[in-house]
Amino acid sequence: MVGIVVVSHSERAAEGIREIAREMGGDARIEAVGGTEDGRIGTTPGPIREAVEAADGNGEGVVVLVDLGSAVMNAELALEEAAVDEEVVADAPILEGALNAAVAATAPNATVEAVREAAEEAAGVSKL
Amino acid sequence: MGREAQSEAIREATAAMADRMAAEKSFLTDLDSAIGDADHGANMNRGFQAALARLEDADDDPATLVKTVGVALVSEVGGAAGPLYGGSLMKASGELEEGVTAESSVAFAERYLETVEERGKASVGDKTMVDAITPAVHTYRKAIEVDDHDPLEALGKAVDAAERGVAFTTPIRAKKGRASYLGWRSVGHQDPGATSTLYLLEELFAVAEEHLDGDVEIDAEADVDPEELGEPAVGGDVDESANSDGGS
Repeated sequence: MVGIVVVSHSERAAEGIREIAREMGGDARIEAVGGTEDGRIGTTPGPIREAVEAADGNGEGVVVLVDLGSAVMNAELALEEAAVDEEVVADAPILEGALNAAVAATAPNATVEAVREAAEEAAGVSKL
Repeated sequence: MGREAQSEAIREATAAMADRMAAEKSFLTDLDSAIGDADHGANMNRGFQAALARLEDADDDPATLVKTVGVALVSEVGGAAGPLYGGSLMKASGELEEGVTAESSVAFAERYLETVEERGKASVGDKTMVDAITPAVHTYRKAIEVDDHDPLEALGKAVDAAERGVAFTTPIRAKKGRASYLGWRSVGHQDPGATSTLYLLEELFAVAEEHLDGDVEIDAEADVDPEELGEPAVGGDVDESANSDGGS
């Protein structure tokens, strides 16, 4: 199964988003990572890389959801360090994207591309 | 200037940068609290303190030392400055593998700028550190390659160019970075990342002034054949056994 990594500036936000996404994609493998290693708001590439490796447990790939600025850049750095060269960072709102990705990842024969595209569909959804 | 002297200069420059970040911590955070998330001063200070600590155990080789500083910034900063400063130093350090020469320092500067632009997806006029780095790098390259200045003079001109770049960030509206969320409210505030870039360049220049007196390194310039000068290119005196810690 394609894994999902949720990267936020806040660890609690990342975990909350995972909690919501799990309601719809119960079996999906979702890692939540956020904040700096000493508990501040921010991101660093080390823990993101660990989360990517954990989410990719069976080698079928991962899709990464990010919130703002440094989360995008540190996720890219972490993926370079982990030698992931596929496009796996979804250009999507983090919460809705994670939810879509979780549902897509539980589909039979789901691919990284399909899961990322499902996440990115959330970018165009109007709420009102 | 052999590799040991270059390494010593890089250690001194890092220490000077760390002192400057400590001294400007509150000011940078004030700039960042006006248009960002109020952490730039503390983040840069923490990053450079970590860099100093890591340099203590690093080998005396210019590329290794610069890369070590980059790795420390990436791991310890926690904000966008981590990947931008740290990741770019890591990448650009590869240009110094043969040592620091006029030529390799231009390649280093250009690689650094390219990496910041790619990672941050920012261009000139977005009100980011790119507004300080771009004029500095272009000025440095032109001063060396076109105007035939020595690296110290070129670096001085680059600092002046960065200073003008910082001033340019004040009246414009942010299009990248946290300040972009403020839209027009970002106008009238000086960009913190451009400002810290200028401070680091100023410290680099101050340390370079102590180590270069104008008659070194220029013979390694691209269009001068070192053979003609009857001496090896500067930085070519590779001494891999130079692991003495320098004690700084």
